[in-house]
Amino acid sequence: MTARLRGLVRDPKGVASFALLLAIVVAALAAPLIAPANPLQQSLPSSDLAPMASGPGGARHWLGTDEYGRDVLSRVIYGARVSLLVAVGAVFLAGVAGVTLGILAGFLAGPMDAVTMRLVDIQLAFPTVLLAIAWIAFIGNNLASLIAVVALSGWASYVRIARASALSLRAVPFVEAMVAAGASRTRIMLRHIAPNVMGPIIVLATLQLGRAVLLESTLSFLGLGVQPPTPSWGSMLADGRAQLDVAWWIAAFPGLAITLLVLGANLLGDALRDALDPRFEQRRA
Amino acid sequence: MQGYLTRRIAHSLVALLGVTLVAFVFVNASGDPAALLLPGDATPAQAAALRRSLGLDRPFLAQYGLFVWQAVHGNFGVSFRQQLPAAPLILSYAPATAELAVGASVVSVVVAVPLGIIAASYRGRLYDWLTSVFVLIGQSAPIFWLGLMAIWIFSLELRLLPPFGRGTLAQLVLPVMTLAWYVSALLTRMTRASMLEVLDQDYIRTARSKGLSWLPVILKHALRNAAIPVLTVFGLQFGELLGGVVVTETVFAWPGMGRAIVDAINARDYPVVLAGVVVLATIFVAVNLLVDLSYGLLDPRIRYQ
Repeated sequence: MTARLRGLVRDPKGVASFALLLAIVVAALAAPLIAPANPLQQSLPSSDLAPMASGPGGARHWLGTDEYGRDVLSRVIYGARVSLLVAVGAVFLAGVAGVTLGILAGFLAGPMDAVTMRLVDIQLAFPTVLLAIAWIAFIGNNLASLIAVVALSGWASYVRIARASALSLRAVPFVEAMVAAGASRTRIMLRHIAPNVMGPIIVLATLQLGRAVLLESTLSFLGLGVQPPTPSWGSMLADGRAQLDVAWWIAAFPGLAITLLVLGANLLGDALRDALDPRFEQRRA
Repeated sequence: MQGYLTRRIAHSLVALLGVTLVAFVFVNASGDPAALLLPGDATPAQAAALRRSLGLDRPFLAQYGLFVWQAVHGNFGVSFRQQLPAAPLILSYAPATAELAVGASVVSVVVAVPLGIIAASYRGRLYDWLTSVFVLIGQSAPIFWLGLMAIWIFSLELRLLPPFGRGTLAQLVLPVMTLAWYVSALLTRMTRASMLEVLDQDYIRTARSKGLSWLPVILKHALRNAAIPVLTVFGLQFGELLGGVVVTETVFAWPGMGRAIVDAINARDYPVVLAGVVVLATIFVAVNLLVDLSYGLLDPRIRYQ
């Protein structure tokens, strides 16, 4: 695995996307240090200022200001916090639940497998965005609920991948030997199956990070995300929609930020797949 | 074939039943519909009478059983807001959504299949690289942002196209293009990957070496074999397309099913929500069933067991 990760370091796509994600994470963590202004500070005289313009107080607004005179750049930087928190939390939650279910289904087979796969069918048949909207509208939209609903819409992919790996591992000689030697099934699953499914799961989790960011911003855009005035990229876009005819920058920059974050996750996922999937290496050679 | 079909349909029905159960649990968990319907000064006796007439006084499983029984007969109850039967109400929005979804699918296939084929044929060259930029942006940019930027550029700045509404062909252009960008990015990527696999095969080399020119080889030998994985992914991603429809309809004020369901959720119009979710889930399940069955047409070697 470490040898393969070295391949990642040599892949320019992997390095670039990792740097991009790292920059966004650092910006989110260090937001109070690098944001030029308080993201909640309203100032009506500097309402709807264009990018690069200076307000009445002389402060320069690199990405302009919104309807209430709030600095768009500072709001974009702080907005990264909500997106990252929800996406990482949801991917972690969905990953743990999905991998557990998938390994159980693949390794134990029988009724456990049948029930799990029907649950996966149900999840896949449910229109994700509607599931999320219904959940938020009916159950509430605090941060925990937001993380739960994004996780709920993503667990099924992990099940399919973990189950496929566990199924194929079941028939591998070393696993059969452990069963014959009397090792407990829990021990086999935890110590031997789980580590062996992690490669594809890491790739999937990285790709799902982008999907989670998109879903969270969609919910925020529809007014179902974290509540104002907390800046989030999706709700900034919703504000910008109303101002599109006078101030394009309010909608343009948060959308660009979402795109860059999702792009970083997608590229890193691709690079990880190239580095971790031995079949890809063979095909290249 | 028949056994396969029966089992596949049974699985689809189980999935649909599960979707209705989840939706039903949500609706019930969210509070008392009777409280929403009653005027503020209603007496407890009026409340009890309404609850009885809506069947809300029965145990949960009995309510769910009754709901499924009536739903199978096309009866989802009456919309709280509009006093009309919920199923015909939600279906009255279907033509608008179909226009959007079919339009975007057609545009996507027309754009994505040639793009993917050419990218695979010129693998690693400039053209392949440009295609991957298109794919990456399409997969990373949120649909509502693409839509808003399209409105800003083409409606507000250039004044070429109307920003919202439905009726004329010009009004269809922006929402269809927005939705199609996302879908075609996905299809281009799949077509390219699938064609790369197929172009390496011996029968392609044989076809080329017996003197067939590039285009017939691609169209008759490669594309047909590359189509199966592309179709599979398209079926699985169809749910994302439906989600994209919901967002696109909201951005462009397009009077379709997605927006109607979102409105119904916000207004807690439960019968309409349930009817809408069941309609969308049925479309998704049916599309995937058709995808599975089309494998046999594309590749006669596939036998259903």
